[in-house]
Amino acid sequence: MAKIDALHPWKEVPIGCAILEAGNSRQLKTGDWRSKIRPVTDKEKCIKCGMCWIFCPDMAYSQNTDGYFDWNTYYCKGCGICARECPKKAIQMIAEEE
Amino acid sequence: MPTRKGMEVSIAVSEAVKLANVDVISAYPITPQTHIVEHLSELVADGDLKAAFVPVESEHSALSAAIGAAAVGARAYTATSSQGLALMHELMFIASSIRMPLVMTVTNRAISAPINIWNDLSDIMPQRDCGWVQLFAINGQEAVDLTLHAFRIAEDPRVLLPVVVNLDGFILSHVIEPVEMPDQATVDRFLPVFKPVLRLDPDQPVSLGNFGSPDVFIEVKKQVEEALIGSEKVAAEVWKDFESLFGRTYKPVESYKTKGAETLLVTMGSITETAMTAVDAMREKGQKVGLIHIRLWRPFPFKEFFQAIRGAKVLAVVDRALVTGGVGGPVGLEIKSALFEKKERPYVAEFVAGLGGRDLTVEVFAEMASKAGRYAKAGKEMHYEMIGVREK
Repeated sequence: MAKIDALHPWKEVPIGCAILEAGNSRQLKTGDWRSKIRPVTDKEKCIKCGMCWIFCPDMAYSQNTDGYFDWNTYYCKGCGICARECPKKAIQMIAEEE
Repeated sequence: MPTRKGMEVSIAVSEAVKLANVDVISAYPITPQTHIVEHLSELVADGDLKAAFVPVESEHSALSAAIGAAAVGARAYTATSSQGLALMHELMFIASSIRMPLVMTVTNRAISAPINIWNDLSDIMPQRDCGWVQLFAINGQEAVDLTLHAFRIAEDPRVLLPVVVNLDGFILSHVIEPVEMPDQATVDRFLPVFKPVLRLDPDQPVSLGNFGSPDVFIEVKKQVEEALIGSEKVAAEVWKDFESLFGRTYKPVESYKTKGAETLLVTMGSITETAMTAVDAMREKGQKVGLIHIRLWRPFPFKEFFQAIRGAKVLAVVDRALVTGGVGGPVGLEIKSALFEKKERPYVAEFVAGLGGRDLTVEVFAEMASKAGRYAKAGKEMHYEMIGVREK
């Protein structure tokens, strides 16, 4: 889906809803909403296996330089799949702070 | 100088497609379109036409491949009929909405059931609202010429919409008619190389056929609608150009013996020439009958239509498709709605006739014209009348 950064009048919408700029889906931040829980990884338990990264349906996880997997707030929906799949039960879903 | 030559109209249409110098033909054979694509495949196989012929496994794929070809900037062509056109239905909207200027010939044939390979317009009429420019040929020469016009109209940067050229299955597609094939050099002047506005190009990547959220969907539809309505002006320019190069005149609505006519038959497609013969006979008997035929069905040429019917008291509209459960046929429906806001309007008698290839003879047209006159005089309230249906 194209990022809609402005609501153009019909004459200015690219013809036939074309996307004229390559790779702009990167600009689409889908995490402007999240269920009221978010994952927290206990690094004592984490074995850096990457199961959270594999299973995350929104590809919110990425590996950082020390090998652990961090989640990106722009994409996480708070679904809890990472916590369920973690073989070491290292991920807890905790309530979002208001 | 080009000369007139007796040709099967299907073959003449494929020769016109060759003259248009298409790059890609994707097609699946279906009666009565077969001869067109069969001949094109021969032209490609023999090396007479330098194009890719894509033999697909269905009409759904035929139109998909043509859309894909147009998306990379190729001049694309396909042809179908009846059930094949029905199978293309969802792609019809996609081709117009993502603005792919391809051209398709539809050899009009009844939609099943009962299975029927004969002619009527029940295949194309359900495709009325797909956003395509739609043209109707009344004879072989028009089928050839309109094929060339179709590419020019479609590819105009102000239009960028697909165009369908309709010709009646069998009664036009399979008859041998005298046709003047335009010469290649003049066609090249008339129809220059296709220059796409947007195309799939690895060096300048774009995405076509995208998701359109509620924030943008209406705007895209508005673009298609404006382009379609605007295509009428472009068609007029194309026809003017064509006339200056080839000497043949084309208008969105054509008139025949309308001067002083009280009743006008309204037709589309090749039945028009039979109806003209009926008009000649009725005129000889002193009846004030004339004819108009609609060549440009979409966009509907309202202005030309109103001009063409000026002075007429009665219209006898001949539809060859049925709007089931409604008020008759699509042409009658269009005309009645168009006239609704006019203070002075003719009486409209609507006839649905010739379904599934039932013969439409000179006598049937005379019958419809005289019935229309009688109904108008009696002020008969009518939705429509189905012609030739056996009651017992």
